[in-house]
Amino acid sequence: MSSLPEGWDMVVGLEVHTELKTATKLFCGCANNFGDEPNTNICPVCLGLPGSLPVLNEGAVEFAIRIGLALHCVVQPSSFHRKNYFYPDQPKDYQISQYDVPINGPGYLDLPDGSRVGIERAHLEEDTGKTTHVGGTGRIHGSDESLVDYNRSGVPLVEIVSGPDIRSAEQARGYAAELRSILIASGASDGRMEEGSMRVDANVSVRRGTEAPFGTRCEIKNLNSLRSVQRAVEYEALRQIAILDDGGTISQETRHWDEDAGKTQTMRSKEEAYDYRYFPEPDLVPVVPSEAFIRQIEAELPPMPAQRRRELIAHFGDAATDAQLDQANAAVELNLDPFIVGAIEKGITPALALARTANELAGLGDDAMSLPKDDYIALLKMEDAGELSATQSKKVLADLVAAGGGDPKAVAESKGFEQLDAGALDATLDEIIAANPDEWARYREGDDKLTGFFTGKVMAATQGQADGKAVNAALRQRRS
Amino acid sequence: MNAGEVSAVALANESLQQIDSQEGEIHAFVEIQREQVLRKAQAIDDGVAQGKNMGVLAGVPLALKDNLCQHGEVTSCASNILSGWRPPYDATVVSRIETAGVLIVGKTNMDEFAMGSSTENSAFGPTKNPHDTTKVPGGSSGGSAAAVAASMTPLSLGSDTGGSIRQPAAFCGVVGVKPTYGLVSRYGLVAFASSLDQVGPFAGSVADAAALLEVIAGHDPKDSTSLNAPAPALSSHLDDGVKGMRVGLCNELLEGCAPDMVAAIKRAAEVLSNAGAEIIEISIPELKLGLSAYYLIAPAEASSNLARYDGVRYGVRVDAEDVTAMNTATRTAGFGDEVKRRIMLGTYALSAGYYDAYYGQAQRVRTLIINAFTKAYSSVDLLLGATTPTTAFAIGDKVGDPMSMYQSDICTIPTNLAGHPALSVPFGVGDDKMPIGAQLLGPALSEQQLFQAASVLEHGANS
Ligand SMILES: [Zn+2]
Repeated sequence: MSSLPEGWDMVVGLEVHTELKTATKLFCGCANNFGDEPNTNICPVCLGLPGSLPVLNEGAVEFAIRIGLALHCVVQPSSFHRKNYFYPDQPKDYQISQYDVPINGPGYLDLPDGSRVGIERAHLEEDTGKTTHVGGTGRIHGSDESLVDYNRSGVPLVEIVSGPDIRSAEQARGYAAELRSILIASGASDGRMEEGSMRVDANVSVRRGTEAPFGTRCEIKNLNSLRSVQRAVEYEALRQIAILDDGGTISQETRHWDEDAGKTQTMRSKEEAYDYRYFPEPDLVPVVPSEAFIRQIEAELPPMPAQRRRELIAHFGDAATDAQLDQANAAVELNLDPFIVGAIEKGITPALALARTANELAGLGDDAMSLPKDDYIALLKMEDAGELSATQSKKVLADLVAAGGGDPKAVAESKGFEQLDAGALDATLDEIIAANPDEWARYREGDDKLTGFFTGKVMAATQGQADGKAVNAALRQRRS
Repeated sequence: MNAGEVSAVALANESLQQIDSQEGEIHAFVEIQREQVLRKAQAIDDGVAQGKNMGVLAGVPLALKDNLCQHGEVTSCASNILSGWRPPYDATVVSRIETAGVLIVGKTNMDEFAMGSSTENSAFGPTKNPHDTTKVPGGSSGGSAAAVAASMTPLSLGSDTGGSIRQPAAFCGVVGVKPTYGLVSRYGLVAFASSLDQVGPFAGSVADAAALLEVIAGHDPKDSTSLNAPAPALSSHLDDGVKGMRVGLCNELLEGCAPDMVAAIKRAAEVLSNAGAEIIEISIPELKLGLSAYYLIAPAEASSNLARYDGVRYGVRVDAEDVTAMNTATRTAGFGDEVKRRIMLGTYALSAGYYDAYYGQAQRVRTLIINAFTKAYSSVDLLLGATTPTTAFAIGDKVGDPMSMYQSDICTIPTNLAGHPALSVPFGVGDDKMPIGAQLLGPALSEQQLFQAASVLEHGANS
């Protein structure tokens, strides 16, 4: 599983910050809206004006508990602390966070590959504002100006801290992916990494062999996609191994992942680390959710990805191939499985519903989620009935998603898609066989691998208008 | 007032005239809202003329401590770092007194960010004691106490973190009340030490203080530490007396005090006894630990509360080559010495490796003091002692000696640590003819009994 040099082991723990989808901020009534005009969702409290006081948003507590329950955490009475450090986008120059008693204590997360990663805690805290450095170097030191948008200040966050249980970069990615899909499924977060609503930091260390004590760790920041989680962890482990192999030592530090360069770089050394001077937040009282409140949240928790994966795979019985299992995982990870289940329930061939969803719909980004399910199923019905070829169906799908839905028949007509008639298909096949006599001879002798070769040629010649199943049938008929 | 016998404009003018004649010498105010107060007074008179009820304190002038946010009016905490800052919102107590028809005549001087016991730590110069202008008015709410003592306003509001209402009330010979923690909203009170701060009234009489406290007390959803308790009924119980009340004459609130102070408080005990209270001598040794615990907890919280004055968003900014240097330059120029001293003390007390020995230990002491009070209140209803060890000291006497300045709060601090209510009521004068304050303390939400006893002392003070 690991691509590390022989004899080396990596130890990784992830800290994931996720913004909660509450209507209002954590400690005031301002709207929690991403993308609004800067500094429009602000008030004395989230600006930290002198004299202002925080009041805890019950909705954020409920969302935090949802996350805790989804991660099998101990939900417990908790309190807030102040984490003190100076930064311009932090209006009070302290962050209200949870420290020794988080709302969610230990739990765990099971990955699709069967491994289990421990959760140490999942606690509530407030987000900071967002600083943009303008001119000059474009970073905090050396820019001409820094602009701060406080719309994000006070947005509720849950920080989920895993145990040091992750042993490979792939597993780190898998953990982040599964966690993301749990967060979305719970309804507490939208998990949009590119917008920063889910942010991942990785603590990485290496050791010689799986039994050695943990090595000195480095914290990697700025992991903005699942891909960068995997790449950064891999890079960092190899960097540390190279240093140790050379007889060097690892210094504990915070490092920045540069996605373009594919490298981690020093941000702060241990000596420069902040002393946060945590102490109990005197402006807030302890959070003591009642047992009845917790049980009610538990009862209303939607099905989690692991269960949905099991339910999805059940539609394929024992016949599911490894590729289909991967597709099922991918679909659930992106919360697209309701499209598949919905289609199957309407009589669509399960393999088609799975493939089209996991391959094509998933590739269309976050907009895919907003496609009306009925439009999608109507499209699959046309393809399943042979009214559209696979290639045509994919093109119609892209248009439907871009338009946020529509009638697939109308879209197909507007694109001039009609099924190739049998005569045209025969004529095309004649030409292709004549042009490729060697391949045809091998195919006739039973080399099935060439099915794809001929299908591809037909598709290319007909610009995808041919139906793959019809091509296969015609080929088999000519061989016999 | 609502009966239309006195006009609000007349009251406002009377207050402004007294300010004009006294302010030059006393310097109780950092800002006087002359036009605003006359406009508000006229509106009240107009309302009364139309038969409207303009509030229970309609037309009564009041002075507001400069750490209470008032929409659009300068709120500087007597600090250079906030000079000229105008909040875009009202403190809850400000909304409540405005609704009650109070006329806010201005913002009063104070020790910078409420850190001090003499009002000498103001960035805008000291306030003088109206009884003797060579003496301090006490602090940190010195301006609010002096405004009432000099009859500039009948009422004022202050804040009490370690005695900042009661000590200046005692020094200036007025009534000052530190309510139960959580009884009065802190929303809009610029924080010094959040777990100790409480807003409270100053007045020339116990009855006036009761009326003002009734207006500002009560639950506020904007303050999470606000108690879910109704405002106590005070005015209607002022004449209920102390018959059968058990009052503990507290040794620790007398033993370090000057002889004239001790004699006065013993006379106060007699007055209560003559009115039917049972006087019980009581010792609570844990109270002596209060001062050292306070000077760790309050600076620790202050070091965090005052971090926001960084030059980024409001107040003064001193430019420098980068953000960190700008923060440092702003804070170096903007804060006075006492504020810097407490920020450093508090930062140190919370630092990694020291937290448990300092802040942690102080919190354990705080628990000890709370438990000691609880035990005491199982055998007495209220405690009686001095508000201050001495009468008002001379301006300049203690500015060079912070430890001796801190000692002047030794009798008031334990109450804040416990979150209990206490008040200071004038009770005679010392050998120097300066006012003496008798302090009454009680368990949480015992304001009604405290005011009953204070009323008895007020009537017996001159007997
Ligand atoms: Zn806000």
